[in-house]
Order: sequence, then C-alpha cells, then structure tokens
Amino acid sequence: MHFKSLTELKLALQKKEVSSHELVSHYLKRIERFNPQLNAFITVTGENALQEAQKADALRARDPENAPPLLGLPMAHKDLFCTDGVKTSCASKMLDNFIAPYDATVVTQCRDAGLITLGKTNMDEFAMGSSNENSFYGPVANPWNTDYVPGGSSGGSAAAVAAGLIPAATGTDTGGSIRQPAALCGITGLKPTYGRVSRYGMVAFASSLDQGGPFAKSAEDVALLLNAMVGFDERDSTSLNVPVEDYTQHLNRSIEGLKIGLPKEYFNHVSGPMQKTLEEALKVLEKLGATLVEISLPHADLAIPTYYVLAPAECSSNLSRYDGVRYGYRCENPRDLNDLYLRSRGEGFGTEVKRRILIGTYVLSAGYYDAYYLQAQKTRQLIKQDFDEAFKKVDAIASPTTPTPAFKIGEKVSDPVTMYQCDIYTLALNLAGLPGLSMPAGFIDGLPVGLQLMGHYMQESKLLNIAHQYQCHSDWHQQHPTAME
Amino acid sequence: MTLSIKKVQETAYLARIAMSDAELNRCHHEIEQIFTLIDQLQAVDTKGITPLAHPQASQQRTVADKVTESDQHEKFQALAPAKQLDYYLVPQVIE
Repeated sequence: MHFKSLTELKLALQKKEVSSHELVSHYLKRIERFNPQLNAFITVTGENALQEAQKADALRARDPENAPPLLGLPMAHKDLFCTDGVKTSCASKMLDNFIAPYDATVVTQCRDAGLITLGKTNMDEFAMGSSNENSFYGPVANPWNTDYVPGGSSGGSAAAVAAGLIPAATGTDTGGSIRQPAALCGITGLKPTYGRVSRYGMVAFASSLDQGGPFAKSAEDVALLLNAMVGFDERDSTSLNVPVEDYTQHLNRSIEGLKIGLPKEYFNHVSGPMQKTLEEALKVLEKLGATLVEISLPHADLAIPTYYVLAPAECSSNLSRYDGVRYGYRCENPRDLNDLYLRSRGEGFGTEVKRRILIGTYVLSAGYYDAYYLQAQKTRQLIKQDFDEAFKKVDAIASPTTPTPAFKIGEKVSDPVTMYQCDIYTLALNLAGLPGLSMPAGFIDGLPVGLQLMGHYMQESKLLNIAHQYQCHSDWHQQHPTAME
Repeated sequence: MTLSIKKVQETAYLARIAMSDAELNRCHHEIEQIFTLIDQLQAVDTKGITPLAHPQASQQRTVADKVTESDQHEKFQALAPAKQLDYYLVPQVIE
C-alpha cells in the first residue's frame, strides 16, 4: 500500500477498498519503523491524525458526493509551515520550543482539501542548505542509500515520500530546495511561479525567492497536491491574484510539437553517466513528438554569485526577528539587552545560518551596498531577461536538476562553496520567479538522477503535462528503495 | 577580496551574533572563500540595467484600513520566554 500513488490511494478510498483510518495507521507504523534510520520527521502527530482519519471516514460515509477532493489522504508538512498547536521548529535550536499559534495558509488549504497531516518533516535549518545536514535534529538519510544525503533543504519531505512513509508532502524552494531533493531521492517535486502559493505562515528565509510546493511520486500526484496549495491569499502581499486552474486537467495532452530548449551553458558541463542518463530521458520526449532546441542563457554563470548576495541579504533581514524577546530561544542570565540579543542569536542559530546572516549583513552595510547588493539586483535582471528571451523560442526548458547524484553525508559539509555549487542548475529559476519541476530520469550507481523542466510564468500545467507524458512512457518514478519495503 | 577578522567581528556585532574566537576564525576563512565566488559580479557590466528587487512587476497591494484580526495576545504571549502582565520582560534598559 505504501508505494501506491496518491491517485491510486484516492481511488481506493472512494471505492471503500481501504478506510482513511487504515491508511493513516499503516503510514504511522511505517514512520515508527523507518524514521529512526532516516530521521525524516521532527514531529509526528499520530493521535490527531487518527482522529482526523475517523472524521474523514464518517464524512465520506455520510456525504460522499460532497467530500473534499483529497479527503482522508495522509501527508506531511515541511517544518517551516506554521501549524497551530504543533511544534514548528524550522530545524533550529532557535525555535525548538516554538509551538505555532496559527496555521499557515498552505496548511489550512490542505486541511480544507481533506488531507490529514501525519507530522512535520526535517529540513536544513531555516531552509539554508542543500543536503539536510544543517538540522538541529541531525541529518536526514537518503532512503536509496542511508550513507548519502537526501538533498536539501526539504530533505525530510523528499526522503519520507521516497521511502513510502507518506504519499505526498509539502516543501519550500528558495534556490532549489524542492527540486534538488526530489532529484536526489527519485521523486517528483515542483516549485510554482513566485506568488502562486501563499507565503503566509511559511517562515521566511528570502522573501523575494521563497515559494512553497508539492512533493509526490509522480506528476499526476503533484498536480493533485498543487491544486490544494495554490490560490490568492489577502494575507500575503506577494500573492498573485489570478484564477486558479485544475492542474490535472491537461496532463494527458499530447506534447507533439512542443519545443523544449536545452541551455548550452548547462549541458556543456554535463558528461559521463549523467550525460548518458539525461540523453536517454530526452530521447523519450523526442519520441513523444517534442522538438529539442539548443538555446542560450548567456548569464547562467552569474546565478550562484547573484543568489549568494541576495539570499543572505534577505535572510539577514528576515532573521533579525529572532531576538530572544517574544518567542524562541533565549540565553540564560543575560547581563543586559545587548547581551540577550548577542547570546540568544549566537547560541540559537547554527553555523550555516550564522554564516549567511553575516554575509547578508555585510553586503547591505554602508559602503558595500552598491558594490554587492545593488549589483546583484542588476545581474538578477540579466538572468530574468535571458529566460524571457528563451521563452520566445521554446515552450519549456530542460536541464539536469543537479550536477551529480547524492553525495555522502559529511562529504561537503566543511566546504560551503562546494556545497553551494549543488544548486548550479536550480538557482536561476528562483531569481526569475519562474516555475520548475524535477522528475526521476534514471539511476547512477544505484542513486536517482533528476531531469528538470522549467517554464514561463504560470506554466505549471505545461510542465506537469510534459512530466506526466514522460512518466506514462517510463517507470523511473515507480521505483522504490528495496531497503524500505 | 581581503576581509579582515576585525571586519567579520564588526559585522557579527552589527548582526547581534556572539561568536567565540574559534568560531570567528573559522567563519572568517569560510566567508573569504564565499566572497571569492561573489566577487565575480564585480566584473559584470551592468550599465543601464534596472535593478530587479522582486520577480513580480506589480505595485504593492493595499488593503482597506479596517480591523480584521481578533485580540489573541494571551495565546501569542504564552510563547514568551519571560513576561509579566501583558509585558515581555527583558533586562533593564533604562536606569
């Protein structure tokens, strides 16, 4: 049951082949059995989930015609989404004692769609990382090989879905934190257009880059969860006030005639088994009638330096709220107010978070603002313009999601610059605010490889269509780690 | 770019983050490496390019000036590390 898709489980519930209570019980047992190895969950809300499951079964029996679309299906939320009455830690000592006093809009919307939350998943602290090794609660392990990282920052959600601990989960993506762990864990993950999903209650890292999105085994499942997550929210000043569409509607459209761009600046760096794996995946798209077109993103090499000025700058501002005064960690016996701030923040934040706050503070400080922050905003414009030009010629863009499959836990943790290079193919999309998806495309030495699809604004439907058609003619997304059976 | 330890220390203070000497030394080395990456931007000609602060080309939305939230201060203050009555307690600031 636990490796069935969300779509299959939805049908099974509708046909009464299984009850929600049975489903939730089954997944809770899986979490109990495998979480000690994987460390994918920070908090498990088992008791509440079983109560909600009983209510879901009763509602379905009473009024099946008007049941919410995803009634009774289990899911998990990245521990960055505020959940009323439930610990919301952002995997940080700073919020280890924080019980959220309200629900994020995404949490409310998922509940309204009938989904049942089984717990909060592990992540890199405050969403800063590409390996899920920066968590206060310890690293997450990749279910395909537990010596390897699952990717980050949404590593817990990705690992939980890949291991069959949950059929779907939420993540957030500021520089690749949905797409990269999706690739390294062999599942499908989507970062929507900036503004498509409400950020109310989604703890902020970099406000002009952050976006919440879904993880699941397949594009069809991702479309179901995305339907629940999107929508205009008055409480998020960056929420797009545009009509919501049904992302499952066009999954079965033919992709014949679609032009898929291949950025030469990305593929020039791909070789060996990665190149072979991606070429095989692209051949499937060609067989389905898509045309592959070489394109150029001339400023591609500026994505990493641009991101590592802007994201730290925004994070230094967003994380200034953690001062030990109103909530969160406070140091013991502060001598004065200054000491309270200094030691609460010095003791409460982890190494990577402190590093990024310092970089951000520096690039925003007097005398350096123009040279760094303003310059990075201009190079951000250049990167965005590259995509605007490219999408005049093609319908979607394909690329590797990551330069390599998963690496070993501990391999890159003491070299931040090498770690930052993991996001080389994902960062640009966040800078431009565009949607992107990663889908499983093969394996190298037993570890999953992802193919990234990028679209123009509000083109999630097109990306899901291409991914679904690919998945109808391949079975990488149906593989699961045998050690998790 | 060369970044002195003193500059890192000043920046840490600006950010109100206390760091031990060992942490400062390690951080200094790592930040210097990161700035080698970031400094690539200095070579880019951005004359005439409008800065992009935000991916949306839209105006900040405004809302009607009316009360929509309810008073939940007890719920929110339940999270406070130290409080008295309706006040958050901090070390004395004013003599």
